[in-house]
Amino acid sequence: MPFTNERQSPEKLAGIATEIRRSIIRSLVEAGSGHSGGPLGSSDIFAVLYLGGVMKYDPKNPDLPGRDRFVLSAGHMCPVLYATLANAGFFPKSELLTLRKFGSRLQGHPGRDMHLPGIETSSGSLGQGLSIAVGMAMADKLVDRNDARVYSLTGDGELQEGSIWEAVMSAAHYKLDNFCMIVDNNDCQIDGRVPDVMNVYPIKEKFESFNFHVIEVNGHDHAALLAAFDEAKDTRGRPTCIIARTYMGAGVSFMQDKYEWHGKPPSADQAKQALDELLPNSN
Amino acid sequence: MNFEKYGSKATRFGFGEGLVELGEADERIVVLGGDITGSVLTNYFRDRFPDRFFSMGIAEQNATTVAAGLALSGKVPFFASYGAFCALRNADQLRISVCYNEANVKIGGGHSGISVGPDGATHQILEDMAFLRALPNMTLVVPCDYLEAKKATIAIGRMHGPAYIRFGREAVPSFTREDTPFTIGKAETFRDGNDVAIIATGWMVWESLVAAEELAKEGIQARVINLHTIKPIDTETIAKAAAECGAIVTAEEHQIMGGMGSAVAQVVVKNTPVPMEFVGVADTFGGSGSPGELMEAFGLTAKDVYNSVKKVLKRRSGEWNGLQAMTEVGMEGEHPKGYPKPGTIFPIDALIEADRKSEEAVA
Ligand SMILES: Cc1ncc(C[n+]2csc(CCOP(=O)(O)OP(=O)(O)O)c2C)c(N)n1
Repeated sequence: MPFTNERQSPEKLAGIATEIRRSIIRSLVEAGSGHSGGPLGSSDIFAVLYLGGVMKYDPKNPDLPGRDRFVLSAGHMCPVLYATLANAGFFPKSELLTLRKFGSRLQGHPGRDMHLPGIETSSGSLGQGLSIAVGMAMADKLVDRNDARVYSLTGDGELQEGSIWEAVMSAAHYKLDNFCMIVDNNDCQIDGRVPDVMNVYPIKEKFESFNFHVIEVNGHDHAALLAAFDEAKDTRGRPTCIIARTYMGAGVSFMQDKYEWHGKPPSADQAKQALDELLPNSN
Repeated sequence: MNFEKYGSKATRFGFGEGLVELGEADERIVVLGGDITGSVLTNYFRDRFPDRFFSMGIAEQNATTVAAGLALSGKVPFFASYGAFCALRNADQLRISVCYNEANVKIGGGHSGISVGPDGATHQILEDMAFLRALPNMTLVVPCDYLEAKKATIAIGRMHGPAYIRFGREAVPSFTREDTPFTIGKAETFRDGNDVAIIATGWMVWESLVAAEELAKEGIQARVINLHTIKPIDTETIAKAAAECGAIVTAEEHQIMGGMGSAVAQVVVKNTPVPMEFVGVADTFGGSGSPGELMEAFGLTAKDVYNSVKKVLKRRSGEWNGLQAMTEVGMEGEHPKGYPKPGTIFPIDALIEADRKSEEAVA
């Protein structure tokens, strides 16, 4: 079995999530632009998915057939994906400091043309990634008939895109039980709170009525996230949607639950304050 | 006309302010937001006329079609988003619900071109004009600076029929004045000259004026035309420029294929065929970087306009057949270089070494 990624304890994962958050802050302050809120808020989900033993992959052979694949449908949240992939050994951690720079493999939105190990697809136009993930899951389950799984993360604002529901309909129609999507349910988007900009609630009932298996979970609780991903793996005949309740900017007091932090980086002073709050092995 | 730069401001501010002026004068104006109101400055209108602003969430296809419904009910709806999402994500809706219906819908396409910068290729819309100018009934306007963006916004709000205004995120030189003429469909000659004509749109108008000054130092008098309306195109001004100048360079922050230059070429070939060169993006996607770095890498600066003028003049004189390497006829090698290949600016070995060193430091 060439794939790595061993099961980790929730305590260990808390430390890993802090490390991911620290990487995000460092890369964003260096970049001088980019999205802070979503990436920090979803760091716990990424820690569990990639470093908690949920996904199977080999960071030194990122294209190995049969691997589990992850699609970041909310492409703007790529700082967390980059930080996670670097911490998982896909590419050097120092490369995180090239984020958004001219010639960097770490594009402002994931770009497959730059061949960054671990990036399965370009994304950044909201809604499209989810359909790509469904296509991958169809290839795995219906054509190749292997046991690989496909994961995809969307924002909750992103659920407003109509194409999301076309993707959801097709995943359920083809009973893609190898497909697990995660909604980063932080209630924030650019213009304000999600229910104010364009209400997408009730989210749970929508997915249930589309024949998804739905799990609601605290998106900062590592043990609960591990259990949710296990439950998704054990679910037969239906795709799973994990609705992860999160706070935008979680872990950094002055960003937490503030939609204003959707799309900007910390200043040098703010970054210092954030790093002071995010002490390694503090959890 | 004589132009000097007196400041710099992004064209999107002209759009935002123009909308408020329109709203003051015309109660039929309504604005739809696509969750980026602050970026495309529709928040000005929202704050001034909250009852005529509708937040539509991140759903550009629906917003476009809803706008058509509002237009068919006598309203004058503006929907604005990033051009990437309100010119092409909603392409079918624009084609059928808006243009085929002749619905009085106005689209504001923000963050256009490569100058959006670090957001990268997904957000750098470079193909919008190719599609929009192919749509029957569509009017397509690309202002060259902040003030012209304001005039253009007001003008499309006052005309009847589908219209799209393309504007940018980055601050660009301000150089037109209150009394600079602006009429939809009428190209303006911003600099006189008969040796070559440079026809430009958007930010590239300023770059072309700069290039023309350089050329003048060498005794080449370039006519610079601001083609702010791509559709309907000003056939007369273009054909006249071709006849009087004998060579044309077009300049735009868009794919060369299908863009403004292609539209001009159609007019030129049909009326007065003369040699042409095209400054624009050469059939490639963009990438992250600062606006300046990208404009340089993708060949969208005054220098590129200057070089293209040199090329077109060599072509006209017969010295260069357009197929030989340019260096053979004493010109600089091929530009632009495009986006760097992965690992060239940030070599992977150096990054691995940096990681090793920082791990050593920790241990
Ligand atoms: C199709 C499309 N429309 C608009 C945008 C611009 N945009 C980027 S992120 C975003 C808000 C996303 O909200 P959400 O999914 O809740 O993510 P979060 O704010 O939690 O990071 C918008 C409107 C886009 N990238 N793609």
